[in-house]
Amino acid sequence: MSLSKIKFDKKIVLSFWIILIALIIAAPTLLPVFRLNLLGRYLSLSIVALGVDLIWGFTGLLSLGQGIFFALGGYCAAMYLQITSSSEFPNNIPEFFALYGVEKLPFFWEPFRSPVFAFFAIWIIPALVAGLIGFLVFRNRIKGVYFSILTQASLLVFFNFFNGQQKLINGTNGLKTDVTQLFGQMVGSESMQRIFFWITAILVIAAWFFAKWVVKGRFGNILIGIRDDEPRVRFTGYNPVIFKTIIFSIAGGLAGISGALYTVQSGIVSPQFMTVPFSIEMVIWVAVGGRGTLLGAILGAVFINYAKSLVSEALPASWMFIQGGLFILVVTALPEGVLGWIQGDGPRNFLQKFGLKRKIETYPSLEVNNKEGNNE
Amino acid sequence: MELLLDSLFNGVAIGSVLLVAALGLAIVFGLMGVINLAHGELMMLGAYTTYVTQLLFKLPILKPFYNSYIVVSIFLAFIVSGVVGILLEKTIIRKLYGSPLETLLATWGVSLILQQFVRSVPLAYGTGLVISLLIGLFLPATFPSKIKESVNFKYFKFSSWIFAALTGVLTGSLISSYVSKLSRASARNVDVTAPSWMRGQVEIIGTTFPKTRLMIIVITLISVIAITLFLNQSAWGMRIRAVTQNRQMSDCLGISTEKVDIITFGIGSGLAGVAGVAVSLLGSVGPNVGGNYIVGCFMVVVLGGVGNLLGTVLASFGIGIMTDLIGAGRLLSIWPDMPLPLSNTINFFATTSMARVMIFALIVIFLQFKPTGLFPQKGRMVEN
Repeated sequence: MSLSKIKFDKKIVLSFWIILIALIIAAPTLLPVFRLNLLGRYLSLSIVALGVDLIWGFTGLLSLGQGIFFALGGYCAAMYLQITSSSEFPNNIPEFFALYGVEKLPFFWEPFRSPVFAFFAIWIIPALVAGLIGFLVFRNRIKGVYFSILTQASLLVFFNFFNGQQKLINGTNGLKTDVTQLFGQMVGSESMQRIFFWITAILVIAAWFFAKWVVKGRFGNILIGIRDDEPRVRFTGYNPVIFKTIIFSIAGGLAGISGALYTVQSGIVSPQFMTVPFSIEMVIWVAVGGRGTLLGAILGAVFINYAKSLVSEALPASWMFIQGGLFILVVTALPEGVLGWIQGDGPRNFLQKFGLKRKIETYPSLEVNNKEGNNE
Repeated sequence: MELLLDSLFNGVAIGSVLLVAALGLAIVFGLMGVINLAHGELMMLGAYTTYVTQLLFKLPILKPFYNSYIVVSIFLAFIVSGVVGILLEKTIIRKLYGSPLETLLATWGVSLILQQFVRSVPLAYGTGLVISLLIGLFLPATFPSKIKESVNFKYFKFSSWIFAALTGVLTGSLISSYVSKLSRASARNVDVTAPSWMRGQVEIIGTTFPKTRLMIIVITLISVIAITLFLNQSAWGMRIRAVTQNRQMSDCLGISTEKVDIITFGIGSGLAGVAGVAVSLLGSVGPNVGGNYIVGCFMVVVLGGVGNLLGTVLASFGIGIMTDLIGAGRLLSIWPDMPLPLSNTINFFATTSMARVMIFALIVIFLQFKPTGLFPQKGRMVEN
C-alpha cells in the first residue's frame, strides 16, 4: 500500500500540527540568530517553489523565469521600506537617488508611499506581469521548450533592464532594507527578524493550503489534463490559454510574496535575483522534492538550500559539482523526486529487488499502454 | 552611405559571432529536438582549447609555427568539444530523447559541472582527460573487424580504456611540467592573444575593420558552408536529414539512428568549440564565457525557425544589425532631426544592455505574429 493512500488517524494529524506549530513558535529560542535567519529565508524560498510546482508539476509548464516575479515582489517591498524611512534624506526620497542627481521620486514609485498599496503590490504586480507574459506566450500556443526559452529570455530582459537603470531603481547595487524602519523598528533588528520568521512560516502553511485548494477540484483536473494531453483538453471544449494564464499568474503572485519575504530577511534586493542560474535552481528544488507533490516542493526548497549553505561553508568549490550532479541524477534516476518516489511504487520496487515483497501481477498489455501514455 | 556601410559591417560582425555560436545549437536543437543548455560551456571548452594551444605553440619545438596556432586550434577545438559532446550524448542525453524538458535540466547540470571543472582542475590535466576520452572512445573503432566481432571484444575495449587513461595522465603531467601556466587551477580569466598577422585593421571601401572581426566572419562563413555541404551532399548528411524527418521510418529502412544521433550531436558540439575559438578572439576567456551567449543563441534558433539553417543565418544577421542600430543609437545619426520624444527613446535604449532588452522585446513581439519563426516547418499535425 503506498503512502498516499494511507488514511492517518485524526489524532495523529492533529498532534502533527500541534508539534509543527510548537516548533515554529519555539524556533527563535532554539536556533541561533544566524541559523534562524537562514531557515526563514529558505522557508520563504519554498513559497516560490510551490508556485513552480503548480506550473511545472501540475500544468507541465517549465518556467525558467520565476526570478522575474520573485525580484519584482522583492523590489516592491524594498522600495516601500526605503520610501517610508526616507524622511531625513534630502527631498524626502531614498538616499541613493541623490547619488544620481534625481530630485523627484519617479512617478511609478509615488503610490508606494501608501502601505496598503505596497501590501497589495507585492503580490498583485508580479501576478499581473506573469499574467501578461503568460497570455502573450500561451495565446500563440507556444509551449514546451519554447516556453522555457522565452521565459528565460524575458528573465534576461528584466535583468538587463534592472541592472542598467540606476536612476530608477539603483541599478546593479539593488535596494537595501536592513537599515530601514517598519513600525518604528529597524528591519534588520533581531526582534523584527523573529517576527518575519513567524510571518514566513505562517505564509508557507497558508500558501500550501492555497495550492492544495487550487489543484484539488475541477480546476486542478484541467491543469493536469493540460500537462498530460493539451490538444485533448482543447478538443473537449476547454480553452487551455485561460487556465494556463491563471495558473502562471498565481505562480507569479506566490513568487512575489516569496521575494518580498526573502528580501526583508536577507536585507537586500538586487538584479542578482534575476540571474539565469537562480531561476533554474528553483526548478531543481521542486524536481528533487518531487514535482506534483506540493509538500515535496516545500521540503525540497528548504533541504537543498540548507545543504547548499552547509556544503558551501565546508567546501566552497564542491557545491557546483554536487548541484550539477543533482540535476543529472534527479532527471535520469529519480524523475518523480524523492517524495514522488516514496508515494509511488518506489519503495515497493526497491524492496522487490531484494525479494522482500511480492510482484504485482498485471496484464502485460496494461503495462505497455501505460508506458505509451507516459511517453508524451 | 558611409554610415550605412559602417552599420552594416558592425551588424554583420556581431551577427557572425551569434551565427557561429548558434550554428551548433541549430543542428542539435533543430535536427534532434534536444535542448542543450551546456552548449555555452562547450563553447567555453573551445575557447580554453585555443588558450592551451597558444601556450603549447610557445614551446621551443612548435615555436616556428606559432603564427598558425589559431588555425590548428580551430580543428582542435572542434575535436575537444565534439568528444565531450559525444560523451554527453552516450551517457546522459540518450536516455532522455523525447523528453526535452528533462534534457534541459540535465544539460544545465552538465554545464554547472563543466564550469566548476575548469575552475578547479588544472588545464594541463583537463587536456590529459580529453585526450584519454578521445582514445577511449575511438580506439576500439579502429580495431580490425576480426577483433570487433570476437566474444572477447569487451576485454579489448576495457584494455583500450586503461591505455587511454594512462596516456591521459602521462600527457597531463608532461604538459604541466613544461608549461607552468597550465599546471595550476585558477578561476581567473585568461587572455588569448591573436598572432601578429591578425592584429591591426583592414580598410574596406573607406571604413576600417579590425582583422580579428574579419577572421571571425571567415570562420563563420567556412563553418556554414561546410555544414551545408555536409548535410546536403554527404551520405551521413542525408541520413541525418532522413532521421530528422521521420525517425521510425529511417530506422525501418536500415539507418542506424543511434549512430546518426551520435554524429549529429558530435558535430553540433564540435561547432560550439569552433564558436569558442571565435569568442576567445573577442575578449578574455573565463568559466562563465558561455553563459553570455546561450540565451542569444536560442533566440536566434527560435527566431529563424527550428531545423532551418537559412533561417538561422538570416535571424543572426538580423539580430546583429538590429543590435548595432539600437545599441549604438545609429538611427539618430542617420536621421539627425527627428522629433524629441522619439530621439529620447532611442537614446534611452542606446547602451549594450538596453539594446538587448529592446531586441528580446522585439523578438517576443515578432513571435506573436509568427510563433514558429521565420521559416516554420510545414506539417499537418495538431502538435508542432
